Amino acid sequence: MEEKQIIVRVEGVKKTFKMGKQHVHALRGVNLEIYTGEYLSIMGSSGSGKTTLFNMIGGLDKPTEGKVFIDEVDISQLDAYELAWLRNRKIGYIFQTFNIIPTLTALENVTLPMTFAGMHHEAATEKGLELLDLVGLGTRHQHKPLELSGGQQQRVAIARALANDPAIILADEPTGNLDQRTGEEAIELLRTLCRERGVTIITATHDYKMLNVSDRVVWVKDGRVEKVEKRDELSISLGTIGEKER
Amino acid sequence: MPEQTSRTGFFTHDERHRIGFPWSKSFDFAVQNLRNRFTRSLITMSSLILAVAFLAFILVNLNIATGLVQFGGTEFASILSEMGFDVDTALGTVTTGPKERWIVLLSLLVCTVGIINAQLMSVTERFRIIGIFKCLGALDSIILRLFLIEAAIIGVIGAAIGAAAGIAFAFINGLFNFGVAALILVSLFDVFISFLLATATGFALSIIGVLYPAILAARMEPVKALNAQH
Repeated sequence: MEEKQIIVRVEGVKKTFKMGKQHVHALRGVNLEIYTGEYLSIMGSSGSGKTTLFNMIGGLDKPTEGKVFIDEVDISQLDAYELAWLRNRKIGYIFQTFNIIPTLTALENVTLPMTFAGMHHEAATEKGLELLDLVGLGTRHQHKPLELSGGQQQRVAIARALANDPAIILADEPTGNLDQRTGEEAIELLRTLCRERGVTIITATHDYKMLNVSDRVVWVKDGRVEKVEKRDELSISLGTIGEKER
Repeated sequence: MPEQTSRTGFFTHDERHRIGFPWSKSFDFAVQNLRNRFTRSLITMSSLILAVAFLAFILVNLNIATGLVQFGGTEFASILSEMGFDVDTALGTVTTGPKERWIVLLSLLVCTVGIINAQLMSVTERFRIIGIFKCLGALDSIILRLFLIEAAIIGVIGAAIGAAAGIAFAFINGLFNFGVAALILVSLFDVFISFLLATATGFALSIIGVLYPAILAARMEPVKALNAQH
């Protein structure tokens, strides 16, 4: 394999939440390296800390202890402007609950990050339509989110995540609110993006459908990384997991 | 500086790659928000309208009284004194009694609290959208600006409606108490000044009301905003 470049490095990250007088340790020291262009799944049951880890990697939350480096830059050192810039141009977010803005049309939702990035209206519209075409919603760009199905809303979110050609796409439970078929479509779409555009895809999930497409899988349990598996190692253990699911 | 440590030019950005949100877009977005949440905006506006209407009513009443004292003669002066105005016939000036001043001050205070409350609600309702905006790379200042534009629009429209209503009511009241003389003798220039004063007060109240919740919202960590319960 060619030399792998590290795009995200997580170093001894701990996160403690205060719940009243109790301290909840969501992450108890996580070390992780993510390479450019790979499809990485963070697997774990709910409450394992995977969403917290996901938020740390995306710069949406700050670790209590430890550091997150994106392209060797410690993101805790970034000021508000640089952080906004990072979220705008380098990272695309996809959420379980879609989080598209209900009052805007599909196209407006997709062009919003481009507007923040200072793109001209015409150029943004053109690119927005292109991206909606890519996710198979070209004809429905004038629809408001409420007029779209769950799977279509998630595809709008995927198109939006791609708006500024990010290097990383972070997807938190992207299939969590979708049925089997639309979930598979969404995964397939992410996989294609990873292969064709070289986008690094990081998903937090407990959906075993994700395993087939992931280059590596990080298993998180009780706020720690339990094990990291590559895909070829996975196929051996996958059968048994699939069995358990059924 | 992050530029020095970056190996792949990840963080190198030039002038063309600045984060921003054009004013025209901000304005469109604010107007669209107001339209989409029309009833909600009306509720926010109504407390403002009432406060400004009351203020305008008091101010224009004073204008009418001044007009009557200056051009109407002494018989009006005694009527006005009886009604609770402080009349100075020598100078030809009229001021409200201390009691009335108190009531105006108190009612404005109560309305300010009402407006802050309404604005606080309208911001907290939208924490999630603020969270989404921040995830997409919006700066704090962009979010703050959106809310300020919205408050300014509500402020101008609400205050103008309120002031107009207050003036109309004051004229009707004057007509009823003093007859046509009230409308003839009043200085329209003074009324116009009162209108501007009441509108400006209402506008300022609206902005003050939204400032605290908007700053609070703009500074939120994206995760907190996204997961906020309301």
